[in-house]
Amino acid sequence: MAVKVIIPTPLRAYAGKQESVEVQAGTVAEALTALTGKFGDLKKHLFSDDGRLRSFVNVYVNDEDIRYLQKDQTKLREGDTISIVPSIAGGATN
Amino acid sequence: MATKIGAPMTPAQDKSGGLSKEEVLRYSRHLIMPEVGMEGQLKLKKAKVLCIGTGGLGAPLGLYLAAAGVGRIGLVDFDVVDFTNLQRQVLFGTSDVGRPKITAAADRLRNLNPEIQIDTFETHLSSENALDILKDYDIVVDGTDNFPTRYLVNDACVLLGKPNVYGSIFRFEGQITVFGYPGGPCYRCLYPEPPPPGLVPSCAEGGVLGVLPGIVGTIQAAETLKLIIGKGEPLVGRLLLFDALGMKFRELKLRKNPDCPVCGEHRILTKLIDYAEFCGVRGEEAPTTVTNIPEITPRELKSRLDRGDDLFILDVREPHEYQICNLQGHLIPLGELSRRVHELDSSREIVAHCRSGKRSAEAVQFLRNAGFKKIWNLKGGILAWSDEVDSSVPKY
Repeated sequence: MAVKVIIPTPLRAYAGKQESVEVQAGTVAEALTALTGKFGDLKKHLFSDDGRLRSFVNVYVNDEDIRYLQKDQTKLREGDTISIVPSIAGGATN
Repeated sequence: MATKIGAPMTPAQDKSGGLSKEEVLRYSRHLIMPEVGMEGQLKLKKAKVLCIGTGGLGAPLGLYLAAAGVGRIGLVDFDVVDFTNLQRQVLFGTSDVGRPKITAAADRLRNLNPEIQIDTFETHLSSENALDILKDYDIVVDGTDNFPTRYLVNDACVLLGKPNVYGSIFRFEGQITVFGYPGGPCYRCLYPEPPPPGLVPSCAEGGVLGVLPGIVGTIQAAETLKLIIGKGEPLVGRLLLFDALGMKFRELKLRKNPDCPVCGEHRILTKLIDYAEFCGVRGEEAPTTVTNIPEITPRELKSRLDRGDDLFILDVREPHEYQICNLQGHLIPLGELSRRVHELDSSREIVAHCRSGKRSAEAVQFLRNAGFKKIWNLKGGILAWSDEVDSSVPKY
């Protein structure tokens, strides 16, 4: 299944400065594996040392949070969009 | 002392919660639209909104809330206006540089609308004072710039049952939503934990397009006004993502997490905690996360260079920073150091520097671990060089 992964601004530096990356995957886990296979530097930003998705990074399939679907086993359909949405804090002075 | 027949009795009406003649004129474009009208305008007049931060987000927010006639606006900030703020913090002018933000902001808002009350809190919002400051307001708007304060504002709003109009920005991307609305999710539902300090984008990768906080802060203002007048669909349970480069808005579903530690069914947080500890930082301006790094001061470096010592200057900033100013060093951005380490000669004495000394401390530690013995970190970076050695070097 060809799906699009949208890379958020703070992580683009680790993904060849691309806004989105197309990968072939049947599940969210496969999509993220394919993504970090292409861009190794992304791995530590998405996963903790024990291989779990970091708690300040949320992953959406289309507009739904995978925590409320089947987590990383969420099945993908052709043309789905995966969004990686990390927390950002900027606002006032810096 | 005769009162004209039919003319509004301004002071009496004002006391009864009505609008004065001046206010009717000022707010006429609200009054003639049915979604606001007199009823909505009076709600605005009675409303009390607390703005945390008067920076990039707080500036448009404060301006629009004051202009719209929100009757009482609280401002919390501890900072002083500096030149780098003016690129986006449109509350302030050049003549405000050096003034406390809170004073400059209050002056500007009072000038914009003398009919409203401005409360100022020149302080760091903390676990000790947050509940006391927040309790008098109906709505809290989060325009801060760091994770500890964001979790503090969230938890305080949940504990007090107040909506939290949230906006955050990075470079050219923004996130906006309303947390803490009855039955709706909170910030911890979205992000249970903050990123560890080492993984947040460094100052090199930071920066913000000046207009971005203007757009995001204005959306926060719109949501605040809607909550007050009770019209429209509030941005509850929806995370709005804005990308100024692509000029795209996207919306994601935001659910209340039943296991949320602060607003879930089995909540474990029932009072405010130590947020610096929770976020793994002891204040935002911790000079360096790396310890026991050999350092050289700008003055020492200058005198050694003047003596003609053979020193190799390694600049670990980004190329666009090098264009702003440089010490004619060899440029290897910190993120590329591991694969470009062969460009360095470990037999030479090396002085690494960045903007403030933080990234170069990491570089020095990395290189020491890689076997480099004769390496120093320039204390305070190119900023300190500008302060102590050569003031013609611009600071950024």
